[in-house]
Amino acid sequence: MSTSSAFNDEKGGSSSVGEPEYGHDPASGGIFSSDYKRHDDLKEMLDSNKDSLKLEAMKRIVAMIARGKNASDLFPAVVKNVACKNIEVKKLVYVYLVRYAEEQQDLALLSISTFQRGLKDPNQLIRASALRVLSSIRVTIIVPIMMLAIKEAASDMSPYVRKTAAHAIPKLYSLDPEQKDQLIEVIEKLLADKTTLVAGSVVMAFEEVCPERIDLIHKNYRKLCNLLIDVEEWGQVVIINMLTRYARTQFLNPNINESLLEEGGGGEKTFYASDEDEDEDEEKEKKAEAVTMAKRKPYVMDPDHRLLLRNTKPLLQSRNAAVVMAVAQLYFHLAPKAEIGVIAKALVRLLRSHSEVQYVVLQNVATMTIKRRGMFEPYLKSFYIRSTDPTQIKILKLEVLTNLANETNISTILREFQTYIKSMDKDFVAATIQAIGRCATNIGEVRDTCLNGLVQLLSNRDELVVAESVVVIKKLLQMQPEKHSDIIKHMAKLTDNIQVPMARASILWLIGEYCEHVPKIAPDVLRKMAKSFTNEEDIVKLQIINLAAKLYLTNSKQTKLLTQYVLNLAKYDQNYDIRDRARFIRQLIVPTEKSGALSKYAKKLFLALKPAPVLESPFKDRDHFQLGSLSHLLNAKAGGYQELPDWPEAAPDPSVRNVEVPEWTKCSSREKRKEKKVEKPFYSDSEGESGPTESADSESDSGSGSESGSGSEDSRSGSESDESKEASESEEEEEEEEEDLKKKKKKKNEEKQLKKPVQESESEQSSEEEVRKPERKSKQNKSESESESDEDEESESESSESESEDSEDSEAELKKKKKVAPPKPAFKAAKKENKKEKKEMSLLDLDDFEPAPSPQVTPVNTFLSNSLVTDLEGLSLSDAALMPATIAPSSALKSYELLHRITGEGLSVEYCFSRQPFSPDANMVAVQMHFTNNSTSDTKSLHMEDVKLQSGMRVKEFPEIELLPAGETATAVMGIDFCDSTQAANFQLCTHTRKFFVSIQPPVGELMRPFFMTENEFKKEQGQLMGMNEITEKLTLDVKCRNEHTIVQKVTTAANLSRVPCGSDKECRFAGRTVTSSSLVLVTVATKDEGAAQLTVNCEKMVIGTMLVKDILLALTQ
Amino acid sequence: MIHSLFLINASGDIFLEKHWKSVVSRSVCDYFFEAQERASEPENVPPVIPTPHHYLISVLRHRIYFVAVIQSEVPPLFVIEFLHRVVDTFQDYFGVCTEAAIKDNVVVVYELLEEMLDNGFPLATESNILKELIKPPTILRTMVNTITGSTNVGEQLPTGQLSVVPWRRTGVKYTNNEAYFDVVEEIDAIIDKSGSTITAEIQGVIDACVKLTGMPDLTLSFMNPRLLDDVSFHPCVRFKRWEAERILSFIPPDGNFRLLSYHVSSQNLVAIPVYVKHNITFREGSSQGRFDLTLGPKQTMGKVVESVLVSSQLPRGVLNVNLNPSQGTYTFDPVTKLLSWDVGKINPQKLPSLKGTMSLQAGASKPDENPTFNIQFKIQQMAISGLKVNRLDMYGEKYKPFKGIKYMTKAGKFQVRT
Repeated sequence: MSTSSAFNDEKGGSSSVGEPEYGHDPASGGIFSSDYKRHDDLKEMLDSNKDSLKLEAMKRIVAMIARGKNASDLFPAVVKNVACKNIEVKKLVYVYLVRYAEEQQDLALLSISTFQRGLKDPNQLIRASALRVLSSIRVTIIVPIMMLAIKEAASDMSPYVRKTAAHAIPKLYSLDPEQKDQLIEVIEKLLADKTTLVAGSVVMAFEEVCPERIDLIHKNYRKLCNLLIDVEEWGQVVIINMLTRYARTQFLNPNINESLLEEGGGGEKTFYASDEDEDEDEEKEKKAEAVTMAKRKPYVMDPDHRLLLRNTKPLLQSRNAAVVMAVAQLYFHLAPKAEIGVIAKALVRLLRSHSEVQYVVLQNVATMTIKRRGMFEPYLKSFYIRSTDPTQIKILKLEVLTNLANETNISTILREFQTYIKSMDKDFVAATIQAIGRCATNIGEVRDTCLNGLVQLLSNRDELVVAESVVVIKKLLQMQPEKHSDIIKHMAKLTDNIQVPMARASILWLIGEYCEHVPKIAPDVLRKMAKSFTNEEDIVKLQIINLAAKLYLTNSKQTKLLTQYVLNLAKYDQNYDIRDRARFIRQLIVPTEKSGALSKYAKKLFLALKPAPVLESPFKDRDHFQLGSLSHLLNAKAGGYQELPDWPEAAPDPSVRNVEVPEWTKCSSREKRKEKKVEKPFYSDSEGESGPTESADSESDSGSGSESGSGSEDSRSGSESDESKEASESEEEEEEEEEDLKKKKKKKNEEKQLKKPVQESESEQSSEEEVRKPERKSKQNKSESESESDEDEESESESSESESEDSEDSEAELKKKKKVAPPKPAFKAAKKENKKEKKEMSLLDLDDFEPAPSPQVTPVNTFLSNSLVTDLEGLSLSDAALMPATIAPSSALKSYELLHRITGEGLSVEYCFSRQPFSPDANMVAVQMHFTNNSTSDTKSLHMEDVKLQSGMRVKEFPEIELLPAGETATAVMGIDFCDSTQAANFQLCTHTRKFFVSIQPPVGELMRPFFMTENEFKKEQGQLMGMNEITEKLTLDVKCRNEHTIVQKVTTAANLSRVPCGSDKECRFAGRTVTSSSLVLVTVATKDEGAAQLTVNCEKMVIGTMLVKDILLALTQ
Repeated sequence: MIHSLFLINASGDIFLEKHWKSVVSRSVCDYFFEAQERASEPENVPPVIPTPHHYLISVLRHRIYFVAVIQSEVPPLFVIEFLHRVVDTFQDYFGVCTEAAIKDNVVVVYELLEEMLDNGFPLATESNILKELIKPPTILRTMVNTITGSTNVGEQLPTGQLSVVPWRRTGVKYTNNEAYFDVVEEIDAIIDKSGSTITAEIQGVIDACVKLTGMPDLTLSFMNPRLLDDVSFHPCVRFKRWEAERILSFIPPDGNFRLLSYHVSSQNLVAIPVYVKHNITFREGSSQGRFDLTLGPKQTMGKVVESVLVSSQLPRGVLNVNLNPSQGTYTFDPVTKLLSWDVGKINPQKLPSLKGTMSLQAGASKPDENPTFNIQFKIQQMAISGLKVNRLDMYGEKYKPFKGIKYMTKAGKFQVRT
């Protein structure tokens, strides 16, 4: 802004009544002071030592900025204060700096060092704010500094700083697009971040910098889906929109069969649309191909696709309209037709909101109603119009009502329309008449009723109403003119009164077109028009010429002279269009010696049968824009709009989304890469956890040919083969050999499994190959990501190590042992499962539909260090929210039968203690139920009833399972507070038809949860639990379990305890706390020569102690 | 995302501007003014206006247009929702959101806007976090600040953004621990000429004012949760718990917030608490019209209907009215043709009525449109849907809070067609 204009503004500003405060402001009031002096007092104040004066000056300056006044000449004075101690002064200086740095680049550089210092501050919030301001200063010279700062911040400890780094990325990109490649690297890194705080911001950065790099999302897809519910609302919108696009590229169209039916049904050809038809035909061909493909392979939804739909659904309940809209568009674009209905209710709810929200929502609803009318039909009345609605809302509601009209509800809608016609808002009345016209064309039964109603409106006093009616009637009459010559006559009379040009033109066209139906009136109308020709509007003149031409051709005797007259008038008209038209028509219709071949066909040209216009919604075909987007609203592509891709014809490789085991589960096994082999079992372990049963795994191994073979399974099989390779490299011999043996056994089992289905059908073989390819890929991917993750882990490992008081060496040793612990259970379970499968092959098919597991929320209970637990606290909410999706029983866990399939009439239920914290209530033990419907009919509304408990016990029921289709399985988690007793919880398991009495009795080992403590703490606690609280038993260890890691494994299987690090290799110690009362449970197993051992249990609760001793004894001696 | 923000008052002055990226000249608002001129009513300005280089997305609240300048694709609702959030925050801070209040507190407004958006992307929109960053101005604080020179900006850096419950401040302390919940239901209805209900639905909200020390964990359960058909929650509510048990379990934000808004399932018949008898006639050729309106209670379950206000837009042909209310007062604005009648309480024994004549333009033909009556009313101590809170429990803190629940029914968009 130039100085002079600023002056004028100020003058106006100070004299206005509303701003007395600034009226006194010497800085802005000085009309007579010269340009140089006008801010002198402010400068003085800024230079003073007093913070209060500085603050006052800064406030005035900010007020100037807010009003759009130029304060750039104060830059040097202000920038000096960037290091001021007073926080508010500092903040206001930042505001100023960000506003003017672009204009005063050199001076702005003075401030940079302050921010660079801030970037190193120990306080995360100061680091963040320094980065924020630094990145907001649009000075090109500092691009390298910004780049460096962003890179550093992206690996900051604090998620808040990382979030700020994500925010800074688009800023730097807009300043210097050449940094794109480097920024993409940072984005890639931040995308892998697991905190909800960062997720929204980094996806935002992704969308602004590199929306085309969809490949970056693969690995993070499941994580984003799972974190979604806990991301802040603005981030949710961005993530959902991005995932919609992503899903469109990766999954198959769930409606592929239906969309074909629609295509086949709606084959009516329109007159003008012949060009499009060809395209459509091509499309049809394509679709047909797709369908033949679909027939070959019946559509099965990718589990990842399902995951997205499931995890976004709760967000329909958000208070934020933008989030609701985002979910709605996601469902509209991605969900199977049958499931889209859920969004209607939420969208209708938004109609209660502010009128701007209504406006946007109605636009989107209008588009949706064209494609999926049924969805909004139940809410018809919610779109009724109130006289207080703004006109733009009324018109949109009218659009929706019109789209919703069908044979059954048309009478109510028309009745409603009738009241609208009496409205005082004339624009709205006009729109209503249009709407009636559209209803009439769409629904044949009411066409006559509508026409009669509209004809009545012709006698309305308001000219606008009449005109609009004429236009609509014209369109309706075109459909069946012969029946309605009296209406045409009636309209001919209207030409005397009606003045609205569009209406006049419509009437003239109508008379011309159907002059044979009104042979007497038509020439008369032309006569009148000829008289008033010069005074008419252009569109009316054109229609007069048209009318004249048509009459000349049909009735030249009566109208020859009139036509000549009109054409002569038109020849000298001011408008060149009209002159052109007149010349053209004269050549066509008046035969002369020069006239060419065309005049022979004049009659055909003018009086060809014209097809009736199709009254279409303006919202038709708008859905090729992503709903909810700006482009959709404007029906034009906005800058930066990312096209919503079409569904792929064949789904791309789903294995790209496979993620290796979350980094932190490996944390206890991280120091030596050599020990890979020992690490391995963690994969299978966690994998086993994530898939409710092992059978799912072996199924994908056996290549049963479904593309939905969920990702993690593939990676598992990949990791297994890795395992065997690396096994040879390993150093520790005895144990490994043992394990190798087991592995081989297991492999054999698997191979057996493999062969069976292959023999069954040949077609499956090919698909099996498909499955194998991804395996190879995932191997590669894995090794990459592993090396990455290892780096990250270094820091974590340090922190956890520093906690323990022992020497580094023993720590490392311990860790080895810890790592050694888990493999066995995994194998054992796998073996078990394999056995089971042999018995029940039917299980194989069932798990096809198992939801993809979400590895990053699978806790590996025993191996968590305290610091990690706190790190994960932020995730706990998501854990709770995602429960059904993420329940993950460790395969090491024993599952118990709750309901046999014979007694359950086809419904079999197994349960196991998942050993995960039950997040709704920490005092409860999580029990994971696995339902299998073996019957041929669907089971509905599975729920619990009539819980009978001992006093003090409580149960948190699992959410009702609404539908369990035949042959499918489902999992649910319930929580039981056993009150530290082994009393059974009895309840009824109800389906829609039957009730079954069942009971769950916990083994004592499940009544506790692992508790991490150091050796010293352990000894201290043990010292306090002597005497009555200590129980000791001598035992002889079974031959197979004399080495340490078997002991550890046996004990942790028997009881949910965690290993306590320990210096001596003769002793194994475990600690835990009971779930309800949190009393300590300490277990020591001291081994002696030749299998002799002593078991000690210290526990406040003697009953539990005694029982635990029994259980562990049993486990160790068998 | 959001590039700049302009605040424009009713007379078309830009009185505040804020830019989050490079500066956009205020001349971009000319496109907005054009659209404003085209629109007959202030609320008919389209919320989204495309211009050659930018898009303008605006909301109108308290007769101030908040115009956001957008440069590229962004979900329009995202911006609209954010702008409303800005207005809510101003209202929260200054009590009212008027031009005067914004001008008086221009520095606080600027600080707020700075915190709410970073590079055009929302950063901190939770009122609890903002209040930790920037303290709301109170008279006392303003006085103290002028004397001591201390500031409105929080001395401590906020921790809310980092916590698991970002909506709640840490270290909250009260001497009186109180939690109040207002169940407010609104009836939206359209009643036709003959008095039958065309459409009626109940929308409700539960607004809370929670002043509790520490980190309380509250659960609120209903006697009849099945009534609630469609709900939307404050982010603090644990959704899974609601899904499973129909219990609202949450760690509340500090202060006032909207816990829940809900829709009562439409199968339930809605009780309409008032009825309207009307007789409005214009005779052809005469310059007089008759006006007769009577209100009465209906299905009120013994409660008094109060704060009744009837308003109507009379046809353009009406020059003036001469009416006689049996109670309350009425006003008629001959320019806007807006009739409004402040009735007060409805006494079932003596029904309020408004009778008299309307004078029409001489010689003009009788208006063919009918006025619609918009009715407002309140019924205390009743939720018309019958929703009842069962109990409120607090976990996680040791003290005993004072709990209170209030019910109220109001008219929402309640229209009677004639």
